[in-house]
Amino acid sequence: MSTPTAPATISLSDDHAAALSRDRLIERWVMLSLAAPAFAVVFVCLIVPVGWLFYLSFFTDSGAATLINYRHLIEQPSYVRIFWTTFKVSALTTAICAVLGYPLAYFMSQLPTRAANLCMIAVLLPFWTSLLVRTYAWLVLLQRTGLINHWGMQLGLWSEPLPLVNNLTGTLIGMVHIMLPFIVLPLYGNMRSIDRSLLQAAANLGASPVQSFWRIFLPLSVPGLTAGALVVFILCLGFYVTPEVLGGGRVTMVSSRIATDIDTFLNWGSASALGAVLLVLTFLLLWIASRLAKNLSLIGAGH
Amino acid sequence: MTINRSRLAIASLAIIGAVGLVGATAGAEELTVVSFGGAYQAAQSKALFQPAAKALGITVKEETYTSISDAVVKVKAGAVTWDVVASGSGSAARAGAGGYLEKLDYKVIDRSSFVPHTSQDYCVGGDVFSTVMAWNTKTYGDNHPKSWADFWDVKKFPGKRSYRKSVAGALEPALMADGVPADKVYEVLSSPGGIERAIKKIKELKPYISVWWSSGAQHAQLMKDGEVDMITGWNGRFDVVAKDGGKVAYTFNQALLDYDCYAIPKGAPHKDLAMKFLNEISKPQYQAEFTKYITYGPTNKKAYEIGKISADYAAKLPSSPQNVAVQLPVDLDWYIKNEEKAAAAYQNMLTE
Repeated sequence: MSTPTAPATISLSDDHAAALSRDRLIERWVMLSLAAPAFAVVFVCLIVPVGWLFYLSFFTDSGAATLINYRHLIEQPSYVRIFWTTFKVSALTTAICAVLGYPLAYFMSQLPTRAANLCMIAVLLPFWTSLLVRTYAWLVLLQRTGLINHWGMQLGLWSEPLPLVNNLTGTLIGMVHIMLPFIVLPLYGNMRSIDRSLLQAAANLGASPVQSFWRIFLPLSVPGLTAGALVVFILCLGFYVTPEVLGGGRVTMVSSRIATDIDTFLNWGSASALGAVLLVLTFLLLWIASRLAKNLSLIGAGH
Repeated sequence: MTINRSRLAIASLAIIGAVGLVGATAGAEELTVVSFGGAYQAAQSKALFQPAAKALGITVKEETYTSISDAVVKVKAGAVTWDVVASGSGSAARAGAGGYLEKLDYKVIDRSSFVPHTSQDYCVGGDVFSTVMAWNTKTYGDNHPKSWADFWDVKKFPGKRSYRKSVAGALEPALMADGVPADKVYEVLSSPGGIERAIKKIKELKPYISVWWSSGAQHAQLMKDGEVDMITGWNGRFDVVAKDGGKVAYTFNQALLDYDCYAIPKGAPHKDLAMKFLNEISKPQYQAEFTKYITYGPTNKKAYEIGKISADYAAKLPSSPQNVAVQLPVDLDWYIKNEEKAAAAYQNMLTE
């Protein structure tokens, strides 16, 4: 394609250059065409429906343009609280997952490969049962008349049933359990790839094990931690089943409100507006987070 | 969730299209009937759908769905393959008001001996259920709560409560507990400040409500496990729990009388046949048979008179005359006009 634009006076080497650039172009198109099925899927399954939802949120059922769906979101205080709950639950779940998942991934990364693989199977085991089953299992364990309260009271650890479920506590327990593998996997992969000789060098230069962990290992594991936390946070934002079953009606997240809008009120416009706002808020939050991360890495650029 | 739902919508549109092509080539004497599956549809199938199909000399194909919103999606897409859909009365009224259902022809469907308030323009009642107050018999024994005022009385009847998460059927008990007589409830709710009054009353009880239930399976589960001591819910579910040995009893006193019904989606392929089918399953003999499977009452009063339902059993059914007399029929017109507003206020109260 670059041949017609090439200068009229071409030497042999120019010819070669043109051929090379043509090859490069062809290669680029081939690469692109390899990705084409994926692009097509993303376009059909993601861009089109999301665009359609955005479109729906600006129109009434009869097709007139309206902002009413967005006005409701501002006028009714419950919507602000629902968004707040959604982000709060997601952030808490992510934080707890990070605190629990980091030591676990660290432990696994220090094991010999065979033992680590066994641990990995244990981490992945929950994926083999359905999310719904796991959630209901937590309900059976945590409720007032459940196993944990039953045993706890029989052992005399507490005398009144603890409110472990049908509230935020139960929701977080269930969500952390489901989300934990999503942070352990990227962390483990990241930690495995950290060059051990760096730690040895640190020790050689007089760093204590604690120092070399904080100053060498931890910073190098940040990419894994960020990736895992990001996945967990984003998946949490759309959670539906677990807060519904374990929240006892007290933890209303955006997804649950969307379901009500469609199932009960047949109101696609309002549901779409909720989806659109959640999407925009999430992008905004991630943008802020990435800016902060960039600033942090600039500050920490010394090492 | 946004992505999932929309993806689902696109996928279902594609499937609907494909099914539509197949449906068009099928014989004219076949009806497609859709219900909620499970024990409920099994009972419908055995007592209503298949016997009625046999009587009419047609075949009835059964499918399941989750709610009338599925049918609305089909109507919007112009690819209706369902002839009859089972629905709750409230969601049918909303879908009807939205123009997604065919107006029923009551010259074809005979509802002359129906229990009052058990049919509407777009949906003919199939069975009657009640939203009742139930309690744990182990907690309260013989000294059990008897009215909504007792439900609200946390001093006389201490214990954990559970109440409905959505607004349907939630405001009426609160007003009755606040001293409004049953026949004035919707009048008060329609007057300015009525909804607020009910919500204020629920707010009073809020600290004692440990679970806000959102499905029938859930409220049955809560009582079966003894997780709460007092609850609102659908009578048939509690009967099943009691049969399984759960410590639960309930009263029809001040309960809300509601019904499940059958509708025809707008543009149904066999509309006229569907009307005839609805007339057939509204007949007393089918309805009496249906009560053998589940404790929901017939909408056709004559079902009690043909000798198929014993007096003992009738006393357990929501639509038997002695039980109808002590209940408040749900006012669907009020819901069509006010539910979105009431739901917003309810949601505010819940998330506070």
